[in-house]
Amino acid sequence: MSCELKSPGINRREMLTASAALLAFAAVGAPVREANATPAEVADAIKKLTNNAAVKPGKVALDLPDIADNGATVPMKVTVESPMTDKDHVKAIHIFAEGNPRPVVMSVKIGPRAGKAEFSIRIRMAQTQNIQAVAVMSDGQAFSGKKEVKVTAGGC
Amino acid sequence: MAAAQVRIPAQAKKGEVIEIKTRIQHDMETGLRKDSAGKTIPRLMLKSFVCKYNGTPVFEADFDTSVSANPMMSFFTVATESGKLEFIWTDDNNVAVKEEASITVA
Repeated sequence: MSCELKSPGINRREMLTASAALLAFAAVGAPVREANATPAEVADAIKKLTNNAAVKPGKVALDLPDIADNGATVPMKVTVESPMTDKDHVKAIHIFAEGNPRPVVMSVKIGPRAGKAEFSIRIRMAQTQNIQAVAVMSDGQAFSGKKEVKVTAGGC
Repeated sequence: MAAAQVRIPAQAKKGEVIEIKTRIQHDMETGLRKDSAGKTIPRLMLKSFVCKYNGTPVFEADFDTSVSANPMMSFFTVATESGKLEFIWTDDNNVAVKEEASITVA
């Protein structure tokens, strides 16, 4: 605080510029987190993981809360309609998040031995967004389900 | 490194679809977070999981960063025969955590 004694006027100016810089930093530099995925990136990821299959809506049910208070752990249940026989079963289920840092959440490989095409897990959500599940069937067809979740506090 | 728990029914009828519940303690560090000094916390995730029924994989999963810490998962399988179920989680450094459970199928 030695400069305050010498010239209080300059100090005041310094203070003002310093606080202005701080404000600017707060406005620009605040979101430290890396950019989130976009719906386009999700579409690309789906193409890659389904071998460019035409994804039709239906058969896939996503059970997620409408509003998630804690984005760090959101319970999710995925159910796919399928007889799960040797001839007709679900081969894979892929989960996508449009608003998380990375578009793919997880991939599951199952088969007739599963008996039931269903699983539950907890996922992270950075913000309010759509979660999408795509199921690939034994005949190569792909079906999808979507659910929007409002996130109160992001957790990525 | 990590404590894993699994729960399966001890007995089942042949052909019955049984639910399997698994849980493992793991931070699932994404590599996207920064510590208080602004340094990136290195990524250390469980990258995959497999459940084998007497050696045959019946459920496999690949995880990315959006899977919560201490992942808890439940899924199903057909009780085909008595024997052993193995559960294996593998992390980014290829360190595996294994757990086992046995089932009697009548």
